[in-house]
Amino acid sequence: MSIDPRRLVGIKAERVTDVSSRDFPGYYPDEDNSWNLDAFKENLTVKIYRVSNRSIDFDLVGVDASIANAFRRIMIAEVPTVTIESVYVYNNTSVVVDEVLSQRIGLIPLNVDPAMMEMRVGDEATDRNTLVFTLTLGCTRRKDAPKDSTDPAQLYENHELLSRHLLWEPAGEQEAVFAAKPPGPLNPDIVLAKLRPGQQIEMTLHAIKGVGKDHAKFSPVATASYRLLPHINIKKTIPPHLAEKFQNCFSPGVIRVDPRTKAVSVDEQGVRNDTVSREVLRHPEFEGSVELGRVRDHFLFNIESESAYPPQRLLLEAISVMRDKIANIKRAAEALLDRPADEDVTMG
Amino acid sequence: MEVDGDEGSGWDQLTGGSWHGLGLTDPIKSVEDKWLLLPAFLKVKGLVKQHIDSFNFFCNHDIKNIVKANNKVTSDVDPRFWLKYTDINVGMPDRNDGSSVERKVTPHECRLRDITYSAPISVTIHYTRGKNIVQRTVNIGRLPIMLRSSKCYLTGRTHAELARMTECPLDPGGYFVVKGTEKVILVQEQLSKNRIIVELDTVKNIVQASCTSSTHGGLKSKTYVATKKGRIYLRHNCVHEDIPIVIALKAMGIQSDKEILLLTAGTTEAYKAAFAANLEDAAKLGVFTRQQALEYIGSRVKVNRKVMGPRRPAWEEALEALATIVLAHVPVKGLDLRSKAIFVATMTRRVLMAMEDEKMVDDRDYVGNKRLELAGQLLALLFEDLFKTYNANLKTAIDKVLKKQSRTSEFDAFNTMQFQGDHLTSGFVRAISTGNWSLKRFKMERAGVTHVLSRLSFISALGMMTRISSQFEKTRKVSGPRALQPSQWGMLCPSDTPEGEACGLVKNLALMTHITTDVEEPPIVQLAFMLGVEDISLATGTEIYGPHTFVVNVNGTIIGLTRYPARFVAQFRRLRRARRISEFVSVFINHHHKAVHIASDGGRICRPMIIVENGRPRVTPEHIALLKKGTVVFDDFLRKGLVEYLDVNEENDAYIALYEADIVPATTHLEIEPFTLLGAVAGLIPYPHHNQSPRNTYQCAMGKQAIGAIGYNQLNRIDTLLYLSVYPQQPMVKTKTIELVGYDKLPAGQNATVAVMSYSGYDIEDALILNKASLDRGYGRCQVLRKNATLIRKYPNGTFDRLADAPVDENTGQIAKKYDIIQADGLAGVGERVDPGDVYINKQTPTNSTDNSFTGQAAAVPYRNTPMSYKSPVAGNIDKVLISDTENDQTLIKVLIRQTRRPELGDKFSSRHGQKGVCGLIVNQEDMPFNDQGINPDTIMNPHGFPSRMTVGKMIELLAGKAGVLSGKLQYGTAFGGSKVEDMSRILVENGFSYAGKDMLTSGITGEPLEAYVYFGPIYYQKLKHMVMDKMHARARGPRATLTRQPTEGRSREGGLRLGEMERDCLIGYGATQLLLERLMISSDKFEVNACSKCGLMGYNGWCTYCKSSKQMAQLTIPYAAKLLFQELMAMNVVPRLILDDA
Repeated sequence: MSIDPRRLVGIKAERVTDVSSRDFPGYYPDEDNSWNLDAFKENLTVKIYRVSNRSIDFDLVGVDASIANAFRRIMIAEVPTVTIESVYVYNNTSVVVDEVLSQRIGLIPLNVDPAMMEMRVGDEATDRNTLVFTLTLGCTRRKDAPKDSTDPAQLYENHELLSRHLLWEPAGEQEAVFAAKPPGPLNPDIVLAKLRPGQQIEMTLHAIKGVGKDHAKFSPVATASYRLLPHINIKKTIPPHLAEKFQNCFSPGVIRVDPRTKAVSVDEQGVRNDTVSREVLRHPEFEGSVELGRVRDHFLFNIESESAYPPQRLLLEAISVMRDKIANIKRAAEALLDRPADEDVTMG
Repeated sequence: MEVDGDEGSGWDQLTGGSWHGLGLTDPIKSVEDKWLLLPAFLKVKGLVKQHIDSFNFFCNHDIKNIVKANNKVTSDVDPRFWLKYTDINVGMPDRNDGSSVERKVTPHECRLRDITYSAPISVTIHYTRGKNIVQRTVNIGRLPIMLRSSKCYLTGRTHAELARMTECPLDPGGYFVVKGTEKVILVQEQLSKNRIIVELDTVKNIVQASCTSSTHGGLKSKTYVATKKGRIYLRHNCVHEDIPIVIALKAMGIQSDKEILLLTAGTTEAYKAAFAANLEDAAKLGVFTRQQALEYIGSRVKVNRKVMGPRRPAWEEALEALATIVLAHVPVKGLDLRSKAIFVATMTRRVLMAMEDEKMVDDRDYVGNKRLELAGQLLALLFEDLFKTYNANLKTAIDKVLKKQSRTSEFDAFNTMQFQGDHLTSGFVRAISTGNWSLKRFKMERAGVTHVLSRLSFISALGMMTRISSQFEKTRKVSGPRALQPSQWGMLCPSDTPEGEACGLVKNLALMTHITTDVEEPPIVQLAFMLGVEDISLATGTEIYGPHTFVVNVNGTIIGLTRYPARFVAQFRRLRRARRISEFVSVFINHHHKAVHIASDGGRICRPMIIVENGRPRVTPEHIALLKKGTVVFDDFLRKGLVEYLDVNEENDAYIALYEADIVPATTHLEIEPFTLLGAVAGLIPYPHHNQSPRNTYQCAMGKQAIGAIGYNQLNRIDTLLYLSVYPQQPMVKTKTIELVGYDKLPAGQNATVAVMSYSGYDIEDALILNKASLDRGYGRCQVLRKNATLIRKYPNGTFDRLADAPVDENTGQIAKKYDIIQADGLAGVGERVDPGDVYINKQTPTNSTDNSFTGQAAAVPYRNTPMSYKSPVAGNIDKVLISDTENDQTLIKVLIRQTRRPELGDKFSSRHGQKGVCGLIVNQEDMPFNDQGINPDTIMNPHGFPSRMTVGKMIELLAGKAGVLSGKLQYGTAFGGSKVEDMSRILVENGFSYAGKDMLTSGITGEPLEAYVYFGPIYYQKLKHMVMDKMHARARGPRATLTRQPTEGRSREGGLRLGEMERDCLIGYGATQLLLERLMISSDKFEVNACSKCGLMGYNGWCTYCKSSKQMAQLTIPYAAKLLFQELMAMNVVPRLILDDA
């Protein structure tokens, strides 16, 4: 598979070259590089490689870095989720102090689909914008504990405050709305605090909808990032005695060595797994024999969802957030055109 | 303790003659893991062993010696009365308040209740009661007890037991708890006592030998033998003028000139020539005999006799002075001053040698000439002083009773002792809590001996315990005492010293040092004689300075001669290795002075080393295996002569190999581990041997300011100010020292993922960029807990303070907002949020508490509100409320208020390489660059921090940290060792990263790859205690000082920001007169005065009191300070007149 060298980012030993795309009008003489929807449509591919419960790997090909990055940024910062925001502590005699425990509780991902809730505007909590949980736990000594045991699990009842102890208190229409999937933590085993006999925790928690740019707890993803497709161009034949060494300079499965002839070649499928460690550029014997690069418009996305969204929905959510933003800008731009010049324009 | 010949350990097979069947051709196995001796050493000794050993020595031995020396109290009134102390014992700490059932008191209770952790001192006395002799035991006072000493409850407890006492097992101890505060008696560095030091004053061209004598009994004096215009004199405080040396020697009984010449100059022609003139001088002065010499000296002796008795003849005065005051440490039998004369002669000879050859001058900065004074010695001095005063008081009290002619009952001194008050107790408490060691009796006047133990972080507390303060003045501009001395190697940490005025004067002990305590001298002297030393009193000058004779000194006193110094020293050492004498006795040969020195005095610094014999270390891998198994301990190594302690002087006699490979046939010792030359604080730095040395010094200062965990009991403590980290982590790259001191269990920092790149321009001048999402998730979060204490007093007139519940506002019927957290007991509820201005202790004080004539009902007196309200501008939470009572039955209330802070712009951070910086910008996660794995950095550091600082250690830390993260192992950055860069690179490559640690990052803003590879990985970052929240300050209007009416100074008083002299100069230079006027007067202390243009004096209300007229009054605006100055001048009879133009 040969790739147009214009699409490549150069990976040199000590620097990266050609990081920006140049397919805009006027860069190359006598070429019309103006944006063309049909061409874009033809080039654009989205291919999913792997989906699991929590993560997804997909390729996004044929867009500019700014678009791919916009999706990444939106997924981190602007796709809303529902998370606990207010903690009302009635009693907390554990060693973890109120502020710290509250912060920890805030970071618990909830299984609530944000689409089912409204953003809270102002301070007013309603059954449409706020979920109420209670967290009540007291640690006690176990009567039946073995005498010489030192394991807290054997000695005490409720020696750990876990996310599973969150209890949803339905209000108003919530009972019906959330009947299918009662709100709760995504992972029931997150340790929030350790308790010892006599320690009590009693608190009420309010969860609201928010976005990651306010606080990282609202971010729906653990990682949302991309890397560029690696590209390896072997320019000179590698001597057979160095074949194995050459192979080891790359991630496993990237370079194939013919068992008989010891000829090396790049595995077209495996090359995407290369970590581009640039190890091959370090060895003088391979100098000039290989050229490393990455495909500038081929983004290998990896997204781990840490929210109610299934991983495959995150990109779609990001796109819809982006469309809303574009619509907003469009409205504002149109408002600019419509209004007389001396009047103030309000956005939004 | 195990006894010799213990079969169980298999030890004897190893030390036995055979080499385990190894032939001569077999390769020598190297002793790997010999560093394990270090943890074994620390297990026995602990990190602050020097303090604890010294204190134990004091309260188990020294205190008894002191009492023995002052054991008799007699009466001037009744000669038949006597009282004798036969024994003294320090008990275990107990509760002082009489009624409690549980007498045992824990240190933590003392900290919380503001009481002293002290134990009773009881003495056994024999005394006469009537005609009988009675024995009784009586308490004479209380001694503050050092934590983890032999008298402390914490010693030898398991972790669980310590936990029950709310004590941290990692706490080193070695400090005192006095009135609730933890106090450390710092180690004091001094010039050694009883040794001759020869100095050269190049300016005045004077050579002098001096010797500070110090004996048990406390008498201290300094004797000099110095040159003056080419002649040698003896100088001492007790004589008015310098005594020619020959006269001094004659007075000490050496009458013949020939003998004097032999004892001083010996047979060396050059010395003889230099000394001859002194003999002539004595002859010129007409002093030939001992009697004449004594008369000469006697007329110059300072006589200070308390009681004016009959005047004694001059020679008697001289004899007494020479026998008892001059060089008091040299023992004198009867009136035979020969040994003293030989000492003086030796001093003279040393002066002659130095006159001839400048190299013979001693170096007073040499660590071998230093002694470290510890808590035990200081307390011993204090105790001796207090005990003597106590006895004097007791004697006067007894005399007073005995003076009464007719007594109703038989006199019992026991009762008198019962009423002697708490002289000792209060003396100890006062000295330790103020740090003033003012002992007139011993001419000692020292301030700042004790310090409050800094609990900022675990390391700061530990660092304080190893600190050594010097007696040198900080202001003196001499470089010598501050310089790093080669002899400090392995004894004192080369990195850990403060910057600035105390640089080099305050030092820290290295990891393996031990400070000796006194070992008894007579057995050593006897042993020396048994090994063939000839008694000095039998020798003449010819013999002493004979070609092959070496003088043998014990603790500075000359005891004899030997012809075979090397054999003597070798035999002596063999006996020491066999434990026939204490392992801390040192012996060495000084070839320049042709002397063998044996030292057994306390305060010498020493450290253990592996003995090498026949080119092989005596510690073998088999020994180490036993050590690993736990069947042997460090003491066994000492006992079997595999390891021995060397002090600085004896180190000079040894040939020490740094590594096993360096051993040559002449090698005598092997270092246990090179990294022990650093101290506990410098030991935290990974790869310090790759850093520029000042960086390590900076880190030593900063590690003490890092916020982290301070102890397992940190949440039970109520300290004035406590900084705690919410999520402390142990470093990815640790050192062996870290594990040994327990920093991995009580860390102060977090492993931040760092990208070394420039970002945004808000990272200039070492500023750091922080990732907002990291902060959201808890990076750098810390808690600040502040103590607010008050006493609910009972006043002498019967009235008392009280706590009241929240007052109800009369108009609204509501409780005012600032009282909303006050509960029914008048105290804020635990867990409540305290907003600025809120009251958390609603105390009320009686209005007549100072009225001593008040006799009415205490409960019915009028009260006024004296509440404690919260001052900080940021809200906090009530963390703890403690109600207790102090030793004098006042109710004590402590309220701990907590703030939890997340890092903000301007907070200070630092890595472990002296690279500090403030947070310059907090960036959203999506704007941060990310690598192929999608990892964002927590921190971005500007690469300009590297070239000039040369902290290569930090770069290697990143590499090792990254490799550690990838391989799931902690890496080591131990000094002179640690994980190798090559191995780290290999791990990186194996995990698909670049060998150099540089990653290809993508900009979070543009989404395009960055054109440079970025050094990217974890570095351990510390959050330092300096936070903007505590520092930010601005004011428009606010309080003013009453005297000058100018704005107050300082943030705590909401002060103004001063426009200082230099700023003023700028404005003058610029000609901005109106701005000057505004800044210096209008915005400051503008004041309208009436002044009389006739007389120039100030009046008031348009009236001049001088002229008695209002005719020529003018009004003008001047600074209030100027008006004040005028009035102050007038008060001093100076008339300032205002001459008004244009009025």
